[in-house]
Amino acid sequence: MDKALFEYVLRLGDDSLILGHRLSEWCGHGPVLEEDIALTNIALDLIGQTNLLLDYAAKLENKGKTADDLAFLRFDKEYKNVLLVEQPNGDFGMTIMRQFLFDAYRVPLFSSLLKSKDETLAGIAEKSLKEAKYHLKHSSEWVIRLGDGTEESHRRIQDSLDSLWRYSSELFYADEIDAELIDRGVAPSQDDLRSEWQKTVNSVLLEATLTTPSNNWKFEGGRKGLHSEHLGYILAELQYMQRAYPNMEW
Amino acid sequence: MSNKEWPLWEVFIRSKQGLNHKHVGSLRAPDEIMAVDNARDVYTRRSEGVSIWVVESKNIYASDPTEADSLFEPANTKVYRHPTFYDVPDGIEHM
Repeated sequence: MDKALFEYVLRLGDDSLILGHRLSEWCGHGPVLEEDIALTNIALDLIGQTNLLLDYAAKLENKGKTADDLAFLRFDKEYKNVLLVEQPNGDFGMTIMRQFLFDAYRVPLFSSLLKSKDETLAGIAEKSLKEAKYHLKHSSEWVIRLGDGTEESHRRIQDSLDSLWRYSSELFYADEIDAELIDRGVAPSQDDLRSEWQKTVNSVLLEATLTTPSNNWKFEGGRKGLHSEHLGYILAELQYMQRAYPNMEW
Repeated sequence: MSNKEWPLWEVFIRSKQGLNHKHVGSLRAPDEIMAVDNARDVYTRRSEGVSIWVVESKNIYASDPTEADSLFEPANTKVYRHPTFYDVPDGIEHM
């Protein structure tokens, strides 16, 4: 088994899965009908990516498992998503800010993966990049409008930025797995992604009249399977059906 | 929280087959950029279109329904305005 590639694909797949699940919680609760549909569309895009990525991970693992097995039947420490995506939805501004910080990383990630020497990964990136670009456009437009909107919307989106900022550096977490895959020409360097991300974030926050937090305290752990308490609750809901009624289909 | 409602927008979509944009419905959005984004999500999620127009509903000036008789009925008795009085020669298809 290609251990490094399996881990890497799992990380990407779990980011999509957990954020997709989080966004799906907005279904029927959006602030307006149009935004309810927009958030649900993005959730579906992410679940679609999850399907491709976890399906590939299952093939790499080669233990006869399916994408569903990986999504529904792992324990919390086996999930490798970043902590950012499991953070609660909060108010609409919190959801949008979480999405923006994530999208600004996903676009350069998938752009770089187009050139990956791993053809499957490059193929998944090609499909996902189109989606990620739209997600970034959507979340950027909202960050700008909320930041440069009313006094209240400015204050609340700034609060969201302040509380989520500590999770943003984990997007560029790099360990021996990344090092190996960068060497093999499979994955892009995290430093390059970070500088692209920083450019997008700077320009959008500037237009939104928001202040980049000076606090550089970093929260990490998700890539190693060490999660915040929130993941447990997500998994309880996500996995209930398969745990209670093994192999059930609908 | 502001209780002011977002303005209403009319949405026009050009389908893959059609040349002209067709009215598909309306939605609310704070400005024209978000209106196009919302239209994309609300009206093209099943691959309905390749181009979107939005127009703020208040900019549409409509005919008065109570004038419908004088506007449209006179045309009903002018059958000669329809090109149906020609014999089409044999062998001409797709008329």
